[in-house]
Amino acid sequence: MIRALLLSAAALLALPAAAQDVAVVNATLVIGDGSPPIAGGTVVVRGGKIVSAGANIQIPAGIERVDAEGHYVTPGIVAAFSRVGLTEVDAVSGTNDRSAPRTRFSAGLDIAPALNPMGSPIAVNRAAGVTRAIVAPGGSSNLFAGQGAVVDLADDMDMVTRPRALQFVAFGEAGSAKAGGSRAATFLLFREQLLAARSYARNPAALAEWGNDAMIQRADADALIRVIEGATPLFVRVDRAADILNVLKLKGDFPALKLVLVGATEGWMVAREIAAAKVPVLVSPLTDLPGSFERLGATQSNAGRMKAAGIDVSVGVFDDDDAHKMGYATQYAGNLVGLAKMPGASGLSWDQAFASISSAPARAVGMDGEIGSLRPGRVGDVVIWDKDPLELGSRPRAIWIDGKRQPLTTRQDRLRDRYANPVEDAMPNAYDW
Amino acid sequence: MRRRTKGGLLAAVSLALAGCAAAGQDTKSARDAPAPAEKKADRFSKDPYPSTYHAYPGRVTAVRGVTVFDGEGGRIDNGTVVLAEGKVAGIGDADLPIPADAQLIDGTGKFLTPGVIDVHSHLGDYPTPSVDAHSDGNEATSPTTPEVWAEHSVWPQDPGFTRALANGGVTTLQILPGSANLIGGRSVVLKNVPARTVQGMKFPGAPYGLKMACGENPKRVYGGKGRMPSTRMGNFAVDRATWAKAAAYKKKLDAGKAVDRDLAMETLAGVLAGEILVHNHCYRADEMAFVIDMAREFGYKVTAFHHAVEAYKIADLLEKEGICAAMWADWWGFKMEAYDSVPENIALVNRAGACAIVHSDDENQIQRLNQEAAKALAAGRRMGMEISDAQAWSWLSYNPAKALGIADKTGSLKPGKMADVVLWNGNPFSAYTRPEKVWIDGALMFDAMDAKRRPVSDFELGQPGEGDVK
Repeated sequence: MIRALLLSAAALLALPAAAQDVAVVNATLVIGDGSPPIAGGTVVVRGGKIVSAGANIQIPAGIERVDAEGHYVTPGIVAAFSRVGLTEVDAVSGTNDRSAPRTRFSAGLDIAPALNPMGSPIAVNRAAGVTRAIVAPGGSSNLFAGQGAVVDLADDMDMVTRPRALQFVAFGEAGSAKAGGSRAATFLLFREQLLAARSYARNPAALAEWGNDAMIQRADADALIRVIEGATPLFVRVDRAADILNVLKLKGDFPALKLVLVGATEGWMVAREIAAAKVPVLVSPLTDLPGSFERLGATQSNAGRMKAAGIDVSVGVFDDDDAHKMGYATQYAGNLVGLAKMPGASGLSWDQAFASISSAPARAVGMDGEIGSLRPGRVGDVVIWDKDPLELGSRPRAIWIDGKRQPLTTRQDRLRDRYANPVEDAMPNAYDW
Repeated sequence: MRRRTKGGLLAAVSLALAGCAAAGQDTKSARDAPAPAEKKADRFSKDPYPSTYHAYPGRVTAVRGVTVFDGEGGRIDNGTVVLAEGKVAGIGDADLPIPADAQLIDGTGKFLTPGVIDVHSHLGDYPTPSVDAHSDGNEATSPTTPEVWAEHSVWPQDPGFTRALANGGVTTLQILPGSANLIGGRSVVLKNVPARTVQGMKFPGAPYGLKMACGENPKRVYGGKGRMPSTRMGNFAVDRATWAKAAAYKKKLDAGKAVDRDLAMETLAGVLAGEILVHNHCYRADEMAFVIDMAREFGYKVTAFHHAVEAYKIADLLEKEGICAAMWADWWGFKMEAYDSVPENIALVNRAGACAIVHSDDENQIQRLNQEAAKALAAGRRMGMEISDAQAWSWLSYNPAKALGIADKTGSLKPGKMADVVLWNGNPFSAYTRPEKVWIDGALMFDAMDAKRRPVSDFELGQPGEGDVK
């Protein structure tokens, strides 16, 4: 069996990396936009993009057909908020580029050059069906963490789908720690830094007067101007209900801000206000413990209640492991489906749950025209699953990213195969590869 | 492992040493009474903080038409289980006689299992809210602290206990000291019932455990302070010196010689006498092999390796030595010794005939250990292993009960054993399934269909979300 597995791994590695035109037929087809699965569906990918998907789709002549044999076929999972590609082994600092606690810069930081497309977490997350990720920096020495990116998890060196796709900042307890010790300091520092950026924009010559101890550096100002103008969405980590309301009020001073709430553990308590502000929310949905005093209202029903209030809710994996286990997204979404059946609890329908890990995060970062669903014109990120993708232990049978067939073998698979029979035979295990 | 060693926060093994410099060294307890010497080494009371747990009132209950996993690999479709007087009174098919006074529960479409047992939890000693004032899991002031007892750190009002019950169906759990130290101290086994005191939760008759740790954590914590150990060889040297001292202490005790009471040595002598079970945090295969030899060198036995990320590399050795491995389904990459994780680890240990356990070490995953087992099961099946759902349930109840020395009392649905039982609203290996009812010693401690049958800890009383579904 080991030999057979190795051979199949070698075959996968030998796949051409060019975009293929392909039609996946006979699928239980999930578009990812919240619509129900389509039995006997087809999705057509040409030139790396989705051309059409649904029932009764015309298949272009001469195109490769892949029979899904009735299995679920979906867009790839979009990790809603993550550090994928920024770390290999968290405790090995040389491999860990999540945060830059000793830099002089903040908002100007751009994670793109820190991403490692060859890191083993890319392959492991891909093998769990994750094809895109919204990646945010962890933090700087200052209030703003810097600019994140939207990335793909393909087996190639070209990882960045959209650089500088978001700016990240934490309010609440984490923000207080950065700003000098209180929430009052956080809100003032936030406002002063944006005003400094604006004054720089109006009079760049003033930069000469800013020293290294200035409130922000030039690169930070450049990045913050884009935030003020709404060109870059501002992802805000915030949990306490009162903090959420105060963050929503930031639009009073800076009306063009494109806010996205991250965490929002007590969001259900102020769901009406979030919905009225039309601000999307990314949650790590199984957070149900009062881990801090800003999360006293934590409940797994948070996502369902906010969704019911009309909020655009995305499901992510970030209060536990935000870099290695993006495959938990499907598990978490599945939990919300189960929760919907419980008396007094709120969850999501299956269709909503799948959308919360595909099109919803794409929309939150302003890219639902490009990624996150099988609607025409989106990237050709397609997954054939072995069973219901929201069920435990479901795995992709095949994955395309930008229309390119992807290898599914991971370093973990190689270790498993080497030790399928751990006893050393004629030669040590080291020769088994 | 501990939350503080995840996510790049490695350095922060908390050192909040609020006031109390060393473990209380009081020497005499009113309960100290001479106990009959069995294997000796028991000059002092072995149970100075005895359990005051008692079963809560329960009704005679019969669940019918239910799919049963008995916890030892057995499955009954359309089964019947009767609970009476806190015990499993009967288990069988549709023909099992039902007492006339039994409350009947229709289990159609539902599953009945033994309660989940987590052998690795820090609920209570690292409770939520996770504020410094609550950080009581690691006495990280000395690399060996066998004198500390986790029960003295447990805060029974930790809201995490209620979540583990309601969302996880956890009925029994072992609270361990953290892994900063080579020898972290004694564990305590608890029934997952709300109580005013820790004694009110203590599992009657459960043996104590001793938490040990190898690898990165001890050498990082103490090496970082410029003291021994700073290397893996330092880890073993300190361990061996400590065991040598303990062996000498026990020899004196056994010979009836006078000894100054030494709480650390007392615990270690209890291990050498086979009364206290060793739970050894250890990730790497090569280190586990050395620990096995070290245990042989000093005459003790390792009951379970915890985390055991590389157990699959030595599954045959674990089987041969009769050592359990308590594992995660898929945690990896947070530190170097967790780099070689494979999703098939649990299934490979199971296949080798060794005792496989799914553990949490986490206040969140303890709420869905059934789901973690499901992922491990799926990984094993993808590799071609034939593992039944019922067999996989042994990873969650019977095997952990064995590792805690309580398999004669709980962990499977055998007549006469404690009625620690969960009724799931579907197959518990599905993401769509939740616990519907949880009984502990036959008392209904959680009922998803009854909002009042949901514990609210003191901490959450009067707070936002009090009594909410969680």
